[in-house]
Amino acid sequence: MDETFAKKLRILADAAKYDASCASSGAPKRAVERDGLGSTTGAGICHAYTPDGRCVSLLKILLTNWCLFDCAYCVNRRSSNVRRAKFTVEEVVRLTLEFYKRNYIEGLFLSSGIIKSPDHTMELLTRVARSLRRDHGFRGYIHLKTIPEASPWLIEEAGLYADRLSINVELPTEASLERLAPEKDGASIAGAMAQIGERIAEAKAEKRRFSPAGQSTQVIVGADATTDEALIRKSADLYGRVGLRRVYYSAFSPIPDGAAILPLKAPPLQREHRLYQADWLIRYYEFSPDDVAAASDDGMLALDVDPKLAWALKNRARFPVDVNRADREMLLRVPGLGARAVDRIVAARRHTTLRLEDVGRLTSALKRARPFLIAADHSPGGLTDRLDLRARLAEPARQLSLF
Amino acid sequence: MDGAAARIPDGPGLHTVVLAPGADLAGFRAAARRLAAAGLPPERVAWSAGGTGILFGAADLAEAPPLRLPRAVADLVPMVVPHRDPERYALLYRLIWRVLSGERHLAEIASDPTVHRLGRMRKAIARDLHKMHAFLRFRRSETDGAERFTAWFEPDHHILEAAAPFFVERFRSLHWSILTPDGSAHWDGTHLSFGPPGQRGDLPEGDGFEAGWRAYYESTFNPARTNPKAMLAEMPKKYWRNMPETLAIPALIRAADPRTRAMIEREPRLPARRDPERAVAAMGDDAPKTLEALNAVIARSAPLVPGATQAVLGEGPVGAAIAFVGEQPGDQEDRQGRPFVGPAGQLLTRAMAEAGIAREASYLTNAVKHFKFEERGKRRIHQKPNAGEVSHYRWWLDRELDFVAPRLVVALGATAVLALTGKAVPVTRARGPFRFERFDDRFAGFVTVHPSYLLRLPDEAKEEAYAAFVDDLRRAEALGRELAG
Repeated sequence: MDETFAKKLRILADAAKYDASCASSGAPKRAVERDGLGSTTGAGICHAYTPDGRCVSLLKILLTNWCLFDCAYCVNRRSSNVRRAKFTVEEVVRLTLEFYKRNYIEGLFLSSGIIKSPDHTMELLTRVARSLRRDHGFRGYIHLKTIPEASPWLIEEAGLYADRLSINVELPTEASLERLAPEKDGASIAGAMAQIGERIAEAKAEKRRFSPAGQSTQVIVGADATTDEALIRKSADLYGRVGLRRVYYSAFSPIPDGAAILPLKAPPLQREHRLYQADWLIRYYEFSPDDVAAASDDGMLALDVDPKLAWALKNRARFPVDVNRADREMLLRVPGLGARAVDRIVAARRHTTLRLEDVGRLTSALKRARPFLIAADHSPGGLTDRLDLRARLAEPARQLSLF
Repeated sequence: MDGAAARIPDGPGLHTVVLAPGADLAGFRAAARRLAAAGLPPERVAWSAGGTGILFGAADLAEAPPLRLPRAVADLVPMVVPHRDPERYALLYRLIWRVLSGERHLAEIASDPTVHRLGRMRKAIARDLHKMHAFLRFRRSETDGAERFTAWFEPDHHILEAAAPFFVERFRSLHWSILTPDGSAHWDGTHLSFGPPGQRGDLPEGDGFEAGWRAYYESTFNPARTNPKAMLAEMPKKYWRNMPETLAIPALIRAADPRTRAMIEREPRLPARRDPERAVAAMGDDAPKTLEALNAVIARSAPLVPGATQAVLGEGPVGAAIAFVGEQPGDQEDRQGRPFVGPAGQLLTRAMAEAGIAREASYLTNAVKHFKFEERGKRRIHQKPNAGEVSHYRWWLDRELDFVAPRLVVALGATAVLALTGKAVPVTRARGPFRFERFDDRFAGFVTVHPSYLLRLPDEAKEEAYAAFVDDLRRAEALGRELAG
C-alpha cells in the first residue's frame, strides 16, 4: 500500500469513526460460492478492539469527507478545517477485498459526505456495493449509509446489495435539527426510513434479498437538551413503526476543529451506557417506554444504578420474587438476572428446586439479585425495603473516561 | 488426529482409557459406549489423553452399540472434547453415566455443579473458536504469480479441526494454511487437509497491507473515549503478538489524553472555505425536471429485477389523453428497447385501432421498466415481478405520469393495478372505471386485462375475450373524450 493511499485511508477512517454502528450481525448465514469470497455468520464477528473498547468489525470509511452540509456536531461539516480526501469506487472495492482476504474485517461500512448532490453521492455508494457483489462475488457484510435526500429509486437499488441500510436521525427533535443541522430535514429522514422499512418487510415476505439485516440509526446524546425518556420513546416508536433493528446512541464526542455553536466537552459515556441498557430492556425484557420513564427522574436515567435496578427500587412492592414459582415476565424484572439466566432458571426448576447457591451458578450478578429474590433456602426479609438498599447496590463511580 | 479406539483393561479395580492427544471425539465415543455397556461407573474409570505409559490388560472390552442420549447431552460432548482440561473426559463420562442412570433431564439443570462446569468448558471452547475466527491474521505471499495466505495462531484448546470449516466457507477461492503449535490446516481450493505443527517463523515476510491495516486501526480509534479495560476484556494481551495492529496500542493510549485536551481547549477557528451557497441550493434540487431527464435516469440505472439487458422506457407524447400501463417489457421489448412491440403489444395495437384509439397519440409504458426473466437453455422465460419489485419501480412510474399528465390511465392487468394502487386487487373485480386513490384524482382510472392474457387463452375462448377487451378500450376511449369535454 503506497504512502498517498495510506494517507487517504487515515483521513477517511478518521472521518467515519464517529458513527457508533459496527455490527456485522443479522445477515442470514451464507457461504461463498465457488469463485466468490466471503461469508456471513449471523452473529457477526469483532476482528479487533481499539483502546476505546469498541470493536472493529467492518472497514468503516467514508468515500469522501468533502461535504456540502454544515451540521455543527460533525467533523466533516463544510465549514470545518479538517483535511479532505476522496476515494474512487475502485479504491474502496480493492481495499475491502484485500483487508477481507487477510481476515481483518467482516466487510464494509461505507458512508460519505455529500458531494455535488445527494443523488450523485448515493450513486457512488451503490456502485461500490454493486461492484463488490457483481464483479467480485463478494459475500461478506455490506452496510451502506443511506442518504435520505437522495431520490427514492436509489434507495431501492442500494438495498439489493447491502446487508444493512441505515439513516442517522442524529438529532431527535426538529428544533435541534433546525439549529444544528440546517440542511437536514426531519421529514425526508422519516420518509426514507419508512420506505426502507416497507421494502424490507416486502422482501422478507417474498423471500428476496433487500437489506436482510434490517435498518439501523444513530442518535447523538448530549449535543442538545433531549431527555433520556424522550430518546427512549423515540427509539421505541422507530422499532415499532419502521421495524428498525437497532438504535445506536453516540455520546457527543470532541472532534478536531469543533464548531463555535457547539462547545466541546467530555463525552457523556456513562449516560450513553445507561441508554443502551434501557434500550435493551425495551427490546428484550418486555419493558415499555413508560416503565423506563418510571425508572427515571425528570426524564433522566440514574447514572449510579442501571435502569432495571432503578425500576425495581421504585417498585419494591412487586418484590421479592420467588425464583421457583414466578412467571418468566416477572423474573425478567429482577435486577441481576439476564434473559439467559431466566431461561436457565425456568428450564432447571422443572426438574429441581433452586436454592440461592444454584441461582449463583446461573448468574454472575447474584449480589444485585439477592434482595429481590426468594429461593428454597433464602428470603431477603426486610432487605428489599431497606432505605439504604440503593446505596448498597450502587456502582462505585466508574472511570469510564479520562476525565 | 485420528480417533484411536479405546483400549480398556480387564479385571477389577481401576480401568484406564487412553485416548489420542488432542480432541479425540471418536475415541471417547467408542470408549463411553463400551464402558457404559460393561456397567462401569465413573469412579472405576481413569482417563488419559496422550498415551503416557499406562499398561493395558490383554482383552479389550467388547464393542458396544451407540448410546441413546438426550439431544442436549449429545450436542454437548463434541463441544467439550477439544478442551485442554485433563478432566474433560471424566466429567463427560460422569454426566453420561448419570443420564443413563435415570437423570434423563440432567443437562437441563444448569445449576447442577457438573453440568455447570461442563457448561463453562463449552463456553470456553466457543469463545476460543470465536477468537480464532476473529483474531487470526493471514499474510499474503506470492510464488509464480499465485497468491497464498498463511496464518500463525495459538489457540487455548484443541480447536483447529473445529475452527477450519469457517475458513473454508469464507475463503473458498483462496489457497491458505493455518499453522498452530498443535497442528496445521491447509486448503488448496478443493481439499482441506491437516498436517504437523508449524512455527511462527514459517510465516512469509512482508505483507504491504499490514501497515495499511495498522493505519486504519489507529485512525478508527477515538481518543476521547479511551477505555483500555474494555478493550482488554475482549482482546486479552495473549492474542496481541499475532495481530499486527496491536503494535500501535501503547502509543495510542499514551497520546489519547493530550489529544483530547487539545481538541477541547482549542478555540474554534473561522471556517477557511467559502460558504458554497450555490452548490447547496443546486443540491436540494436534484430531481429530474422533464420526462427526458427522468428517462435518462431510468436508462442508466441498473435493473432492480434479475435478467434484463436494457431499460424499456415509456413511449408517446407528453400530454397524451390516455396512458396505458402494462406489466413489464417482454423478450422482444427487451431486445428492441421499445414497449409493446412483441406479440401482446401487437394485439394491443390492433385492439386500440378497432376501438378508435391512435397508438401514436397515446402514452404506453410499463409498471416495471426491465424484463425480468430466467434463462433456460436458449430461452428467456418471463418471470412475473413480485410486489416488492413492483414497489422498486413505482417511483419512476409516478414521476412519469406526473410529466405526461394524461386525463385517463388504463391499467392493463394485475401488475399495473398493483403499481397504481399499491394493493393487490383482482382484475376481474376492478375491471372498468376505477379510482387510483394514490393519485388524488389527478387523472381518471380504468382497469382491464393485459393483452398477454388473451394470447394464453384456448382458441375457443379467445374471440369472445378479445371482443370484450376491444369493448373495454372503446369505453376507455369514450371516457377519455368525455373528460376532455
